[in-house]
Amino acid sequence: MNGFTIATPAQVLAIDVRLPDLDYAAMAPMLVLFGAACLGVLVDAFAPRQSRHTIQFALSFIALTVALLAVIREARVGSRELTADVALAIDGPTLFLQGTLAVLGIVALLLVGERALEKGGPFVSQAAIPVGSEADRRQAREEGATEVFPLTLFALSGMMLFVAANDLLTMFVALEVFSLPLYLLCALARRRRLVSQEAALKYFLLGAFASAFFIFGMALLYGFAGTVSFGGIHDAALLATTSPLLLFTGLAMVAVGLLFKIAAVPFHVWTPDVYQGAPTSVTAFMAACTKVAAFGGLLRVLYVAFDRARWDIEPVIGTIAILTMLVGAILAVTQTDIKRLLAYSSIANAGYLLVGALAFSKEGLSSAMFYLAAYGFTVIAAFAVITLVRDDDGEATHLSRWAGLGREAPLVAGVFTFLMLAFAGIPLTSGFTSKFAVFGAALGVGEAWPVALVIVGVVTSMILAFPYLRVVVMMWLSEPAEQSPTVAIPGAFTSAALMVGVLATLLLGVFPSPVLDLADRAAEFIR
Amino acid sequence: MHASAYEVLASAASGTLSSFWLLIVIPAASGGILLLLGRRADRWGHLLGCASVGVAFVLGLVYFFQLGGLPATDRRATLDLFTFIQVAALKVDFGLLFDPLSAVFVLLITGVGFLIHVYAVGYMADDPKRRTFFAYFNIFVAAMLLLVLGNNYVMLYIGWEGVGLASYLLISFWYTRPSAATAGKKAFIMNRVGDAGLAIAIFVMFANLHTVSYDGVFANVDRFTSGTTLALGLLLLIGACGKSGQFPLQAWLPDAMEGPTPVSALIHAATMVTAGVYLIARSNPIFDANPTAQAVVAAVGAVTLLIGCIIGCAKDDIKRVLAWSTVSQIGYMFLGVGLGGGAYALAIIHLLAHGFFKAGLFLGAGSVMHAMNDQVDIRRFGGLWKYMKITWITFGVGWLAIIGIPPLSGFFSKEPIIAEAFDRPGWAGWVLGFAALLGAGLTAFYMTRLFVLTFHGPERWTDDIKHPHESPPVMTVPLMLLAIGSAAAGALMATPVQDWLNPTVFGVEGGEVPEHVHLSHTVVTILSIAITVLGGLLGWWLFRNGTSLQEQPAGPVVTAARKNLYGDTVNETVFEKPGTYLTRALVYFDNKGIDGLVNGLAAAVGGGSGRLRRAQTGFVRSYALSMLGGALLVAVAFLVVRLG
Amino acid sequence: MSLSAYVPILALFALATAFTLFSVGISQIVGPKRYNRAKLEAYECGIEPSPEPVGGGRFPVKFYLTAMLFIIFDIEIIFLYPWAVTFADLGLFGFVEMLLFIGTVFIAYAYVWRRGGLDWD
Repeated sequence: MNGFTIATPAQVLAIDVRLPDLDYAAMAPMLVLFGAACLGVLVDAFAPRQSRHTIQFALSFIALTVALLAVIREARVGSRELTADVALAIDGPTLFLQGTLAVLGIVALLLVGERALEKGGPFVSQAAIPVGSEADRRQAREEGATEVFPLTLFALSGMMLFVAANDLLTMFVALEVFSLPLYLLCALARRRRLVSQEAALKYFLLGAFASAFFIFGMALLYGFAGTVSFGGIHDAALLATTSPLLLFTGLAMVAVGLLFKIAAVPFHVWTPDVYQGAPTSVTAFMAACTKVAAFGGLLRVLYVAFDRARWDIEPVIGTIAILTMLVGAILAVTQTDIKRLLAYSSIANAGYLLVGALAFSKEGLSSAMFYLAAYGFTVIAAFAVITLVRDDDGEATHLSRWAGLGREAPLVAGVFTFLMLAFAGIPLTSGFTSKFAVFGAALGVGEAWPVALVIVGVVTSMILAFPYLRVVVMMWLSEPAEQSPTVAIPGAFTSAALMVGVLATLLLGVFPSPVLDLADRAAEFIR
Repeated sequence: MHASAYEVLASAASGTLSSFWLLIVIPAASGGILLLLGRRADRWGHLLGCASVGVAFVLGLVYFFQLGGLPATDRRATLDLFTFIQVAALKVDFGLLFDPLSAVFVLLITGVGFLIHVYAVGYMADDPKRRTFFAYFNIFVAAMLLLVLGNNYVMLYIGWEGVGLASYLLISFWYTRPSAATAGKKAFIMNRVGDAGLAIAIFVMFANLHTVSYDGVFANVDRFTSGTTLALGLLLLIGACGKSGQFPLQAWLPDAMEGPTPVSALIHAATMVTAGVYLIARSNPIFDANPTAQAVVAAVGAVTLLIGCIIGCAKDDIKRVLAWSTVSQIGYMFLGVGLGGGAYALAIIHLLAHGFFKAGLFLGAGSVMHAMNDQVDIRRFGGLWKYMKITWITFGVGWLAIIGIPPLSGFFSKEPIIAEAFDRPGWAGWVLGFAALLGAGLTAFYMTRLFVLTFHGPERWTDDIKHPHESPPVMTVPLMLLAIGSAAAGALMATPVQDWLNPTVFGVEGGEVPEHVHLSHTVVTILSIAITVLGGLLGWWLFRNGTSLQEQPAGPVVTAARKNLYGDTVNETVFEKPGTYLTRALVYFDNKGIDGLVNGLAAAVGGGSGRLRRAQTGFVRSYALSMLGGALLVAVAFLVVRLG
Repeated sequence: MSLSAYVPILALFALATAFTLFSVGISQIVGPKRYNRAKLEAYECGIEPSPEPVGGGRFPVKFYLTAMLFIIFDIEIIFLYPWAVTFADLGLFGFVEMLLFIGTVFIAYAYVWRRGGLDWD
């Protein structure tokens, strides 16, 4: 057991300092992003206003590319190690998910950096200015904040740390590092300021609430195991000299913190409001990357620290998974706003991912990781389309405004149709292969719980197909409304993001094997 | 039975057969081209659409003869194109299989499909969206071909979803009609129920055997427990019922004729509805292994064929009558595949014969509608035989074929199923046999009613119709070809198809003479001809002088039949209403988030930010409360699971 | 591990509690009580106490900005003390780490300064 034993005063006086080994190459992706983010803050402080956007975008893009290359280099070296004492685990899942985060981050960055759709970009410069005040009217005409780039990088570095964290304390720090920038980003929407601020405040308050649960759970687990490292908790659970009361209450509280981030029922309540209120490019970023990071963390906690408690976890988290799928799918049916619809769909998808996670097997892990990558691309592309459908008030997200879009802009409507089919899990899209992989992995275990989960999964995905198809019907088969929104001509960035998202959705649907292979080879945690 | 003896034959495709993937690719590519090129392809799009299916048909014939040239035991060719999904134990190949059963379906789909395509060139001539229509049409055919050519259940599922999607698009093609949009939605929902059954069945197979290929599953059927085979059989049956419009998922099929008539013909005759029969016929080792599942299939078939007949008698819309007759005829096929053994092949023969005469009847109905300003009410037809001779004759052949007058095809395909039903031991044989016999009589009655009211008797046209005219050759030539098929197919096909399918696909040895349990074959033949003629004569006698122009008040039976035997009402009360309530309740418990948002927006618009602020804290508080409750529940649940 | 290490802390805690109770209690008993409006209002640092008047009640956010800046440097100092105590043991590694930490904090400081966070207008 390392690190965190309580030191008596006597020990403090005769301190024996043991410096941690730091493998800088393995930590390079996170360090690069964090450094670039700090640099970005300085750019915002010192660079002239008119060149900030260009510099920031270039800096973020280069940083993410370098981080991706660093991940690839680590993966090719094949390193599997615990570093920074035991605080970080650099293993297959870490590298796969960090790579996924870097790629999805680049695609999301393209949306964040798009300024062709709206004068001054989709953000305002100051989130805290009261709505309706003179200052607010002034900033509506001004250029938007370029702080979004360092904030995005901070969030991504936190996410990368989160999937690598090998003890609860590091995990908590990472959780906060990636959450705080997101809270702020949510409040920056140029249009519908009030809803945006409301979303940010809700996300912040509830996120803080969830963090409190996480810390409380951490304290209980420390009480149980005398350490916060996952390996230590695993060993302590094996010996089980202390009361399991602490272990399971602690596990429950930590799980609440993580389930909040993945938007599982009943901790999902923030999702629709936040998805709707946040600037759409930020929503895309959250929907793709937060999900990857949060699930990466959850998978590590479950597989590394608590795999001995598997039989006790299955009924509880299994019930949550069933509820998540059902609530997400059924409530998606009644939605009339496209962003809320995708929010509920993202809730349901969290349920499908839980099905894979609960397999507690190598296949479960690899299929869940594949699912995260596949879903990320599709969801970013879907939100990219949403940024394009606009009227005088900004984006037209109410479904009735999408009526007859197929006639206005057949290409955009066609792309969106394809993405909806992918969400619905129609074969030859990544939506089908990823669901199939997850359900297949769950059934491969051959026990009762996974089978029940898969049946609920199949049934809910059939239900979910209905709202998606409704959108498609709306676009192609309905008469356009009186003043139908125009479809903006996508700028180069949005086009690129869309292209990557759609191509990935198609390729992962038709030739998923290479990525499935990659995930399969990566699917082994170290302890 | 023979399930455990299922042999996996070495069968990699060689020679010409190694290119049979072209069958799927050609129509799919054509559909893709038509969609991608957009308006540029408007002038020649329909020709490309027809040509691609025509080429597929010719190729199908070539492969068919190639396959026929092989010795009977080697008649199967597989192609593994690439590994589709591989997650550890689960490996799904993008693999195809061309065996006698697929070959028969390929010929039906492309052959009848081609004729319908040609007919549609004329039928859709004035429609500005004809190119799009042909694109969907091609995709429909391609998906159906993928469905019958896959060598594992996942490939079948891909085709299955593709067919569903294409049919949804085609049924809603005339979306300006609200009824068409509703029908499309209904078709989609009912199909989803079926799809869920099929998907779960596939996962059950995987969970038990770690494979989903036909070879892998069928060779190991004896490793399933009887409970598993029953579950599998019933799940597959749910899938088949959804796709084929069988009880209790029959309601969408008759509504699906809201689409353009060629779509109805394609759905009802060549593709889509036959998919369910294909699924059960293909999965025969599973059904053979569990007599209970087989009996359920047969019962579903018998119930559906009667439902279809009874409702068919009460309808006045020419396409709806034909649609319910499809439901009823597919019921015969389900009865056939449910009887098992030699009856599998009989069901397939009926499917082929049905493909011809139903396509002919639907296209004939389209021709009539063309002449009558798109009216569909048979009470306002009459005396048309003088004006459209070709339609009259071809429709007449279809009519005689469907009711089973010898020597037309329906007789050779339907009567053996009735006989086979009587051969079932015990009371089941009597029940199934009489149901099938009664169905034959009713079919004769309502089809005769349809024919007589449309083409004979006094002219009861609405005022706007002056001179009905025959359709152009592009429409009548397919009609004539289909009529020839309807007339001749039965006699020509019956024995060869049995010899073709039985040994390799269904594992039934040739020359097996079934034991006659209740009635001898001759008696059944005489009985069925007699009841058919009786029904036909009754129909002619009642309606020889036309009928009243308005719907007449009627007794409870007829009223029930007019209302589709209350199928829609049942669906509504059993599925829709609870679903609606469930959704509402969930929305309510979901913290009234939606209502709250609406209020919030209203407040924002009104500028009363104070009000919003108050509301806002309320929301977060209630959200936080639900999270707290959830957290407590999770903690308690963990402790209960652990310590309880 | 034994709990005896905590005994001094416990004693301190008890002492603090006793002192608090004593001083509050004694002022209740012997102190003069002459209330006016300002005294009856709840104390909030620098802003109008709630509830605010209808339709208004905005307050300058500067207070919080300054407070937050203070916290940042406050935390920095809290870190610096133990570091200084063990400086010799931590050696060069500790020195570099602390430089990085201070550098990060100064980046934030530079940002606030350049973007006008310290201007009080």
